[in-house]
Amino acid sequence: MANLSLKNVPQVIVESQVWKSIFRHGYTMNRRNRLLAITNNVFYHILPTKISRYGMRMRFHWGAGIITFYLFLILTFTGVLLMFYYVPTVPRAYYDMKDLQHVVPFGNILRNMHRYGAHAMVFMVMVHMARTFYTSSYKPPREFNWVVGVILLNFTFLLSFSGYLLPWDQLAIWAVTVGANMARATPLIGHEGPFANLIGMKVNNDVRFALLGGTTVGSATLLRFYVLHCIAFPIILTIFIVVHFWRVRRDGYSGDVPVRE
Amino acid sequence: MVRAAEALSAEEQGTRRRLLSFLGWGSFVSFCGGVTVGSLRFFFPRILYEPPQQFIAGKPEDYQIGEVSTRMKKEQRVWMIRSEKGIYALISVCTHLGCTPIWHPAENRIKCPCHGSNFLVDGQNVAGPAPSPLFRAAISLDLVGNIVVDKSQKENQPGKRDEPPFTLPLT
Ligand code: HEM
Ligand code: FES
Repeated sequence: MANLSLKNVPQVIVESQVWKSIFRHGYTMNRRNRLLAITNNVFYHILPTKISRYGMRMRFHWGAGIITFYLFLILTFTGVLLMFYYVPTVPRAYYDMKDLQHVVPFGNILRNMHRYGAHAMVFMVMVHMARTFYTSSYKPPREFNWVVGVILLNFTFLLSFSGYLLPWDQLAIWAVTVGANMARATPLIGHEGPFANLIGMKVNNDVRFALLGGTTVGSATLLRFYVLHCIAFPIILTIFIVVHFWRVRRDGYSGDVPVRE
Repeated sequence: MVRAAEALSAEEQGTRRRLLSFLGWGSFVSFCGGVTVGSLRFFFPRILYEPPQQFIAGKPEDYQIGEVSTRMKKEQRVWMIRSEKGIYALISVCTHLGCTPIWHPAENRIKCPCHGSNFLVDGQNVAGPAPSPLFRAAISLDLVGNIVVDKSQKENQPGKRDEPPFTLPLT
């Protein structure tokens, strides 16, 4: 760091802890390493090539991460089925949800799987986070995966928040009204937040306006949340889940240590 | 800029290669920037299909002194209230996080179902998390004597809210 000039900025970045925690180390481009880059690529191979059975004890990992993942699969499957009957418009949304409960064959169990599954997923993702905290799994070299985990936590919350509006009942509308009104107070980009007046934020140009597609929770909000809930958030979550699993493999599993039997 | 200049040898500077590289990367960066700004702008609609903020709320004679009328509440989210001094339209949007409070005549209180804020009939916040009084909408009479309420203008500070246009004085 002593002679920090513009020239060695890239080097300082590449050697920093943040960079190394994300990209670990560079490969020298020989044949073997180029092959390894393929065989170790999680987009081609999801499962680890080898893993110790000692790290697989239930009392170590509580199964929390994998249960969260299964719940996500269940939610994706049931969610896609719900899309066959549910139309995200103000006149129809609530009645479609009622039809799912009372008219559609097996609709109620489907809806309940989605709803209780959603609550369970939010709960399990927090349990999983607590476990990785208690087992010190967030420490180097796994600090980047902890960050990925925080992103996953946030997108799970976003899925839950956006899905909560879709039944379009009183609870849904007012919960989202309250949640979105909190965004008014975001620094800079919420119109009631600190410094927001400096850049001319108003009720019809701030972050809440973009989220709701209007100044109040209305038909534009329902459609927006539906698209985010069914397309954007699940895709983003899937991408980060892949990165998350890949890092479990690359960083080594924290419970993957020999124990005496 | 400094680095790019240093990376090129002296004779390369100001050459065609440098110009082309500048144009190439420049158009790439402006393309990415344009797409980003455009995509962000996309999420801010130009036209809103939201109900108008102005409405007609009958005649002054329709309201009794001391009455908190809920006749406009379902459609317009305001209570029409006539006090000794005049009529005002109290907007039923909780100043905490925006739920719709409910008028409880037996307790002479306005209460919010979401987190329990309480308000008095004049709008004053008296309990719960709400940080400020309820707002009053601008109110006036049109040429034929109808009450016109405009929710786009509002005021909640004592003094100001008791004057026109936030209270319609009646003699
Ligand atoms: C690809 C994944 C998903 C799809 C396609 C999907 C789709 C849907 C659809 C169409 C609805 C409306 C039907 C209804 O209201 O009953 C819905 C509701 C909901 N979703 Fe999802 N969803 C997905 C994942 C998730 C996840 C991961 C969560 C939370 C962790 C979640 C939470 C909710 C909630 C809380 C509701 C309200 C359920 C209800 O009231 O019945 N969803 N989802
Ligand atoms: S929104 Fe009324 S008390 Fe919170």
